[in-house]
Amino acid sequence: MIELLFWEGCPSHPEAKALLEQVLAELGRDDQIVMTEVRSDEEAERLRFPGSPTIRIDGNDVDLEGAGSRPALTCRIYHLPDGRVSPVPSREQLEVALR
Amino acid sequence: MSIDLGSEAPFFALPGVDGNDHSLDEYSDAKLLVVVQYCNHCPYVLAWEGRLMAVARDYAQQGVRVVAVNSNDVSHYPEDSFEQMKARAAKLGLPFDYLFDESQSLAHALGAERTPEVFLFDEGRRLRYHGAIDDSRDETTANRDYLRGAIDALLAGEEPPVAETESVGCTVKWKS
Repeated sequence: MIELLFWEGCPSHPEAKALLEQVLAELGRDDQIVMTEVRSDEEAERLRFPGSPTIRIDGNDVDLEGAGSRPALTCRIYHLPDGRVSPVPSREQLEVALR
Repeated sequence: MSIDLGSEAPFFALPGVDGNDHSLDEYSDAKLLVVVQYCNHCPYVLAWEGRLMAVARDYAQQGVRVVAVNSNDVSHYPEDSFEQMKARAAKLGLPFDYLFDESQSLAHALGAERTPEVFLFDEGRRLRYHGAIDDSRDETTANRDYLRGAIDALLAGEEPPVAETESVGCTVKWKS
């Protein structure tokens, strides 16, 4: 199962969803993406949501480094292979997680 | 809702990470004043940070001052605490003042909504550009330097080519 958890207060989830759809298409997969909106601190705690967007493949976070961060309604920080900071995971992270 | 173009810069007097208080009056000798709604925890701020630092350095000799302001509610976002602001500024050697707006009064006065969000004031301290630093948080795809374009134009005595753009970033974290 592919889940994309998001918080509406952060603008990055449409970009993350588009990137995820691109990578899925390139890999020839037609999995449905289950979108889950996180609306409160309590939900963030319950869902172990470290920030928006969070993408899990069969329950496993595509970015293990950030997966254990404090649950919060916040924009999540990802690090690209070249060291730059990004509000969405890298294409490489998604490819690795989906293979 | 943010202040309108042409509006006067709101007064502020806020503590900075350098241990000093900084007020609007302190920047009275600056030709242009760039106030940026800012914080530590937002990936959009971090993605644009290098470009903002470059703007501060590149235009310092031309009388342009950059002031970053963090107004976020630190009870919910402890990464944005004053102590964390000081640590980040020291680590990066931020080439601009970084002020803590604990009461959120400046953010309210500006009508700020996002981090990062730029408010560029002219020599008379009227708002002349408001919005994003450039057109992409990904520096490899950015090709319209809104802030630099506005600064260059104002320094040349001209109108900014683009006066307002949409700020893309995290929301300002208001106290409940």
